[in-house]
Amino acid sequence: MKVLVCISHVPDTTSKINFTSDNKEFDKNGVQFVINPYDEFGLTRAIWLKEKQGATVTAINVGKAETEPTLRKALAIGADDAIRIDADATDGFYVAQQIAAVAKENNYDLIIAGRESIDYNGGQVAGMLAALLNQPFVNACVGLEVEGSNATLMREIDGGKETLTASLPLVIGGQKGLVEEKDLRIPNMRGIMSARTKPLAVKPATDGASRVQVGSFEKPAPKSAVTMVEADNMDELVKLLHEEAKVI
Amino acid sequence: MSVLVYLENWEGKFKKNTFEAAQYAAKTAEMMGTSVIGVTFGTISDDAAELGKYGVSKVLNLSGDDYNSFDNYKIAAALKEVAAAQNCDTLIVSGTFNGKAVAPLYSVMAEAGMITNVTELPSSVAPLTVKRSVFSSKGFVNYSTEASSKVIVFIPNAVGVVAGSGSAEMTESNVSLGDLPQTNVTNVDRVQGKIPLPEAERVISGGRGLKGPENWSMVEELAELMNAGTACSKPVADMGWRPHNEHVGQTGIAINPELYVAIGISGAIQHLAGVSNSKTIVVINSDAEAPFFKAADYGIVGDAFEVVPKFIEALKKFKA
Ligand SMILES: Cc1cc2nc3c(=O)[nH]c(=O)nc-3n(C[C@H](O)[C@H](O)[C@H](O)COP(=O)(O)OP(=O)(O)OC[C@H]3O[C@@H](n4cnc5c(N)ncnc54)[C@H](O)[C@@H]3O)c2cc1C
Ligand SMILES: Nc1ncnc2c1ncn2[C@@H]1O[C@H](COP(=O)(O)O)[C@@H](O)[C@H]1O
Repeated sequence: MKVLVCISHVPDTTSKINFTSDNKEFDKNGVQFVINPYDEFGLTRAIWLKEKQGATVTAINVGKAETEPTLRKALAIGADDAIRIDADATDGFYVAQQIAAVAKENNYDLIIAGRESIDYNGGQVAGMLAALLNQPFVNACVGLEVEGSNATLMREIDGGKETLTASLPLVIGGQKGLVEEKDLRIPNMRGIMSARTKPLAVKPATDGASRVQVGSFEKPAPKSAVTMVEADNMDELVKLLHEEAKVI
Repeated sequence: MSVLVYLENWEGKFKKNTFEAAQYAAKTAEMMGTSVIGVTFGTISDDAAELGKYGVSKVLNLSGDDYNSFDNYKIAAALKEVAAAQNCDTLIVSGTFNGKAVAPLYSVMAEAGMITNVTELPSSVAPLTVKRSVFSSKGFVNYSTEASSKVIVFIPNAVGVVAGSGSAEMTESNVSLGDLPQTNVTNVDRVQGKIPLPEAERVISGGRGLKGPENWSMVEELAELMNAGTACSKPVADMGWRPHNEHVGQTGIAINPELYVAIGISGAIQHLAGVSNSKTIVVINSDAEAPFFKAADYGIVGDAFEVVPKFIEALKKFKA
């Protein structure tokens, strides 16, 4: 079984987000980048498939050279090899086209992407990739078991969960639940050493279009000062919520 | 060219999400100087006429075996066929779990420019330009698309709903779907009697300060009194005190309710990222230095085990 794990390279969750002075771009200055948290769950699930069912795991990223440490981290966690498509990830559709082109060449049995990237929160690439490849798609996937060419999956739905079956090849948009937080792999010294020699192929981008244009960024409006309410005066809180905030 | 809207139903019933999508689409159509057409799938038990109050007077219902359980490809393909047949170039989708699964498939099939995580009505329609949230609410940006076909996915509760007058007419319709990749739903497990988080107008949330799962009954009582959903911080879900689908924040569900009450939650940056869009935030924390107070509208410094029961009492008095 060949598994492809899509890895988005995103600011660490503790990052303060700033934009360049003309507000045209995200300011990467001083920002630490990490594997997108949603992709970490998918990567660990893929490594379990490798350890228990003999899968091979390839990590892929669409990005410039600056994303390589993130791919190396995926290798250190346990991916067998990695592919970087040398292009700026301009929008979800562009990224999906790039990954689809690689997937068409290599016939993966399973493609694991994340439900969304925590940078642009697109929630697009996984589904678009499935549609471009004409493969079944399960989004917000919280459970995955593979037996032969059949998969049993669970996905989150509004107010519950749904169980599904599908045949491989297929594409999922994964999240926590594929594995739990405590199962996430952290690279160890041996992993980090071996990652240095694992193959990381850099491929040129194929043709692809973007369908959206990005305008100027802004930060959320600052919060007005907090109104403190005495702990033994909850009648006052209820009054404020009713009369001032008008939420009850 | 008209605007199409995916009117989701849950076992035949419409919810606030559905009405919000209808209204979003109707207002967008008005800006474009055109009409709006709704599409809903499966057997409908609610009165479709209701949708008219939110500006959609024409609704097509596609039913039959294909739509008995949710299949993202079938819905996406059907929407594409209806859009073509009805001359619609813009699709509006609410960002529910189902909506988020359908929209990217549709965008590829219909060659549509896709804008997701949208927080407002379009600011312009030529080219279509809308504001969206990025970096988990740490920023916003305008996206526009000049593609001839478009799909907008807005965040539930982003624009709200106001019922007007009007009535909708629903007609049966069908389209042929062709060969599509398949998934088969074998089980649906819906938690009964709870308000799903993305659509909750009020949310009561507990953190590690509540000490253990046995202490959630006061959170639930508060939620029930306020007709609210319940949520929690990430460690609370990771420790198994509460189910994962209650985990809010940057790596959980992002919400934007009218009211968010955070009890015993410190207000870490990753938590704030998913909840800071809430219109009113109440923070109850025993530590006056807790970072959450900086993001709060109303703050109470105190022990949750004393404050929350008093809050419940005050609410009961208010409701009586
Ligand atoms: C990659 C990554 C992603 C993350 N994503 C998320 C996310 O999506 N959502 C999220 O929530 N977190 C997330 N976190 C975790 C986050 O950093 C914090 O650790 C977490 O939010 C803290 O949870 P908490 O506030 O419940 O617990 P704590 O930080 O332990 O805070 C407990 C609070 O309760 C107060 N308290 C204690 N006793 C009482 C009492 N009797 N009455 C009232 N108050 C009391 C304390 O003063 C304290 O402020 C993420 C972390 C990482 C590294
Ligand atoms: N530049 C990228 N390279 C590789 N995978 C990506 C990239 N961007 C997004 N993805 C994958 O697509 C998922 C959803 O991303 P998005 O649609 O951008 O929210 C992510 O969790 C990744 O798995």
